Amino acid sequence: MTDSRVVSGWGRTSPVSCRVHEVVAGDVGSVVVAAGGSGAGRGVLARGLGRSYGDAAQASGGDLIRLVDGGIDLDVSTGVVTVDAGTSLDELLRVSVPAGWFVPVTPGTRFVTVGGAIAADVHGKNHHRDGSFGGWVESFDMVLASGELVSVSPVSDPGLFWATVGGMGLTGVIVSARVRMIPVETSRMLVSTRRFGDLDSLMASMTERDDAFRYSVAWVDATVSGRRLGRGVVTWGEHATRDALSGRAGREPLSYAPSQRVGVPGVVGSVGVVRRWNAAAFSEAWFRKAPVSRDGEVQSIPAFFHPLDGVADWNRVYGRRGFVQYQFVVPDTAVDTVRQVLERVVVSKPADFLNVLKRFGAAGDGMLSFPMPGWTLTVDLPVVDGLGALLHELDDMVLSAGGRVYLAKDAHTTPAMITAGYLRLAEWRSVRDRVDPTRVFQSDLARRLAL
Amino acid sequence: MRNATGEHQNVVVFGGTSEIGLAIVTELVTAATRHVVLACRDTPAGETAAAALDLPSGCETHVVAWDATAVHTHADCVDTIVGIVGDLDIVVMAAGVLGSQAQFDDNPTDAGHAVAANMAGPVTTITAAARQMRTQRHGHIVVLSSVAGIRVRAANHVYGSTKAGLDAYAQGLADHLAGTGVNVTIVRPGFVTGRMTNGMKAAPFATTPAAVAVDTARAINRNQRIVHSPGILRWVFLILRHLPNTLWRRIPG
Ligand SMILES: Cc1cc2nc3c(=O)[nH]c(=O)nc-3n(C[C@H](O)[C@H](O)[C@H](O)COP(=O)(O)OP(=O)(O)OC[C@H]3O[C@@H](n4cnc5c(N)ncnc54)[C@H](O)[C@@H]3O)c2cc1C
Repeated sequence: MTDSRVVSGWGRTSPVSCRVHEVVAGDVGSVVVAAGGSGAGRGVLARGLGRSYGDAAQASGGDLIRLVDGGIDLDVSTGVVTVDAGTSLDELLRVSVPAGWFVPVTPGTRFVTVGGAIAADVHGKNHHRDGSFGGWVESFDMVLASGELVSVSPVSDPGLFWATVGGMGLTGVIVSARVRMIPVETSRMLVSTRRFGDLDSLMASMTERDDAFRYSVAWVDATVSGRRLGRGVVTWGEHATRDALSGRAGREPLSYAPSQRVGVPGVVGSVGVVRRWNAAAFSEAWFRKAPVSRDGEVQSIPAFFHPLDGVADWNRVYGRRGFVQYQFVVPDTAVDTVRQVLERVVVSKPADFLNVLKRFGAAGDGMLSFPMPGWTLTVDLPVVDGLGALLHELDDMVLSAGGRVYLAKDAHTTPAMITAGYLRLAEWRSVRDRVDPTRVFQSDLARRLAL
Repeated sequence: MRNATGEHQNVVVFGGTSEIGLAIVTELVTAATRHVVLACRDTPAGETAAAALDLPSGCETHVVAWDATAVHTHADCVDTIVGIVGDLDIVVMAAGVLGSQAQFDDNPTDAGHAVAANMAGPVTTITAAARQMRTQRHGHIVVLSSVAGIRVRAANHVYGSTKAGLDAYAQGLADHLAGTGVNVTIVRPGFVTGRMTNGMKAAPFATTPAAVAVDTARAINRNQRIVHSPGILRWVFLILRHLPNTLWRRIPG
């Protein structure tokens, strides 16, 4: 099925119209060749569930490929799954968790595809321990610009493999992948929570305690300044073992059936526009409701990993002009930059309340992968007059600290920022030029950032 | 590409030495801008104007030869610019000659040249830019019209009628492009003090190139189709347009 559709990223900032082809894996090659040969030069691109925030999954005036197959073949003895790239992590978890296997890495939403997870080399709360998604991929099958289907592993073609992991769809269309899952005894999490009144104590505690836990993340308040700047709540977690559970959870340790499914239009209590005062009220309530200290709390997988998935269409609350999710990483030594950015955001008073701070572990091998050792901060900023200037200012702070911004979230930055932040860009380009010399694959992100 | 906050990566001005055109560039340039193209007939003057622009580091300027009356060269000129900047984000049509009615009365050939420069040339170039933007499925076209085209006055009826024609073309184009992702903004300034009107007596509600540029940038951000500058002229001309002709003819100017 092919039709012309207006698409945008999750931030809803730059809607454009593209021809969308919903196809099975076997037809990808012919779509790529036909669109690539049309001469219009508007590009072909794979699109997953459109959970990247900016313009990564669109190609204005071009052709988008959505893969419809959702095959999942899990080897329950080894935990290696062969999965179609259009399959969502939601669908995968529904099959794997009851069998005792969990995805090695999950972003803050399970409504992403396996293809999207590889193309953005996504990270989760376990990055400090387990790295990013690409490190768990044994191989994938992809369609190149020539229309040819190839199987790629880190051994068979390390250049193409690591240019595709984190490569934002620009090397070809991944149609299926073999991924190593991690074993779990139960579908519950054991959670430890601490509340901190300021940024220093919060960061010190993460530095000290992260190593003891597989999962860790902090929510920080971006509505208060001064001594309380960066106050927040850290949660650490582990997959609960069977003997840690009692009652119903103990009798059905691997039960897993979240009610929210993708595409089901949910009813949102009130879709209003987030204004500063209710962001402040929300932040205050969120902070107060968190326990000062609590250990051994049992939580479900959705509650721990995907709290926002329970709220359908939450990305609409920021109003017509949409929002930008600004995510950067700076080296461990640049703690001050985290503080400066937060200060700058508080001063500019946007209606911002979803701010996440996390410490990354070692970087993976993806040439354009985002994570590197250090601190990553994520802030949601609704589009208002003046936001552009603020974002360039934040970019300058991040750049001078030796950091970079995340392509899967980016919607505003400059080519210079990417060249300075991604030191393996030239190496990535040489692989891209080898497999796609005429730039059959394009995205608005790639055009904007001159990738 | 335009980014999420509405910043444009490139700005192309036809009539690149026009004061209003350059003021609009100044208003639209941000840290995200990578290319400014000034397309004009007098390329040395274009180079001077380009050098005088205050641009962020990493933003390049390009001066391209473009003669409004040489319509057969326009499609190629647009292609050349696309070759330099890639996708066209924003195209400003600022070319135009005012002339004087006395001159046109004495020398009718000049009237024909003014129509070519103010109407035939802009229409050709904008049509070529629109074709490119239609395949891109994004882009913004800004057309400098004038209140002089809303109701044409005897004192400058050649100039006024070229603007009336251009304005009508741009409105039709905007409808033609509806649903393609390409937008059109028509700017109708009043009397603008500057090089073009040097030595003339300023009309009521006179404005400056910088003020017109601010109104234009705001209209682009809000995707407004028609903007009067200053805004009050919208209401003034709403009334003037409906005056009986016996009264209209007597308005001095
Ligand atoms: C609420 C929320 C929380 C998030 N939390 C995190 C987080 O914690 N960590 C994190 O890393 N990210 C996070 N993200 C971002 C998200 O994980 C990534 O943007 C991911 O790539 C989205 O997957 P998708 O299937 O929606 O892909 P899309 O957004 O549709 O596409 C993203 C990119 O992948 C490419 N792509 C998609 N499918 C294929 C394919 N089959 N072959 C080749 N390329 C392909 C596209 O071309 C595009 O460049 C979050 C997003 C949301 C909305």
